[in-house]
Amino acid sequence: MSLQGALLIAAALFAVGLYGVLSQQSFVMIMMGFELMVNGSLMATVALWLWAAGGNPKGQVLAIVIMTAMAIEAAMGFALVTTIYRTRKADITEKLRRLKQ
Amino acid sequence: MIETPLAVDVAFWFFGVASVVTAWLVFRTDSMVRASFYLLASFVNVGVVLLLMRAEYLSLILILMMAGEMAIMAVFMVMFMMNPAGLNPMNMVHQHRASVAGGVATFVALGAVGVFARFPDRPARPTGVTFALGQELLGESMLVFESAGAALLATMIAAIALASSRGRYGQADDGSDAPAFDPDRPFGDAPPRPVASKHEEQAGKEGADDMHDMRNMDHERMA
Repeated sequence: MSLQGALLIAAALFAVGLYGVLSQQSFVMIMMGFELMVNGSLMATVALWLWAAGGNPKGQVLAIVIMTAMAIEAAMGFALVTTIYRTRKADITEKLRRLKQ
Repeated sequence: MIETPLAVDVAFWFFGVASVVTAWLVFRTDSMVRASFYLLASFVNVGVVLLLMRAEYLSLILILMMAGEMAIMAVFMVMFMMNPAGLNPMNMVHQHRASVAGGVATFVALGAVGVFARFPDRPARPTGVTFALGQELLGESMLVFESAGAALLATMIAAIALASSRGRYGQADDGSDAPAFDPDRPFGDAPPRPVASKHEEQAGKEGADDMHDMRNMDHERMA
């Protein structure tokens, strides 16, 4: 258990999430990728708080802000998925062709 | 450096690697519902790692929050996605090669920063961190804490406004496009939906598959 190990795992989580965001077609799967990316950054924040910030509680406050961002992302993402399904009948990115040349 | 017992080290690496593996399985499984539960498993593994990293409060609220969120996500999966049970093979990806390259490059770059960068060596005290966090949240950082609450309230209002089918000026989908369920027909061929008479024209679309028929029935039942 070390700072390097924790940052490595966080980087892997972030990278898997980024892969999902770039590759998936369905909106909900893209949101899962975003969640994983935020999850990785949360883990890196806590690791840096524990090993490099001297246990300053402001580090944990930053982690709480990141979790808030995660919750907001999920709620707004679901609302947008609902809206876009209702108005465009689209549940994957390929169905949104309106701006495509 | 923080000296930890061997068991803590083993648990750290076990749950850390498990979180990455379950995260990977999210995008490899055929079933949308299973994908959301793999994501929950990944979050729980990260929560356990946070617990080992002495952030007990964060770890528990992460697990609680994600348990609720993944239940909602599974419902969304069944609502919006084809193939929720994973009975058919499913591989809905685009630009796959570029995505893999982007993921690998990001991992190499971020991992190199994590391994080779020189961070200050100032570990936290072993006890009392949750108490210190409570003092901080209701003391010096109260503005941050309260702003997070206000932002969440704004999010709730915005999400309801976005997702509500009844907007302030009538039905939210008045004048929007009728569904284009035939995959060969480019989207948007159908004339815009006339105001307040959408359900008649939804009923008899040719080429609609079973899943979409079920969706139409759902819409009509709700209306």
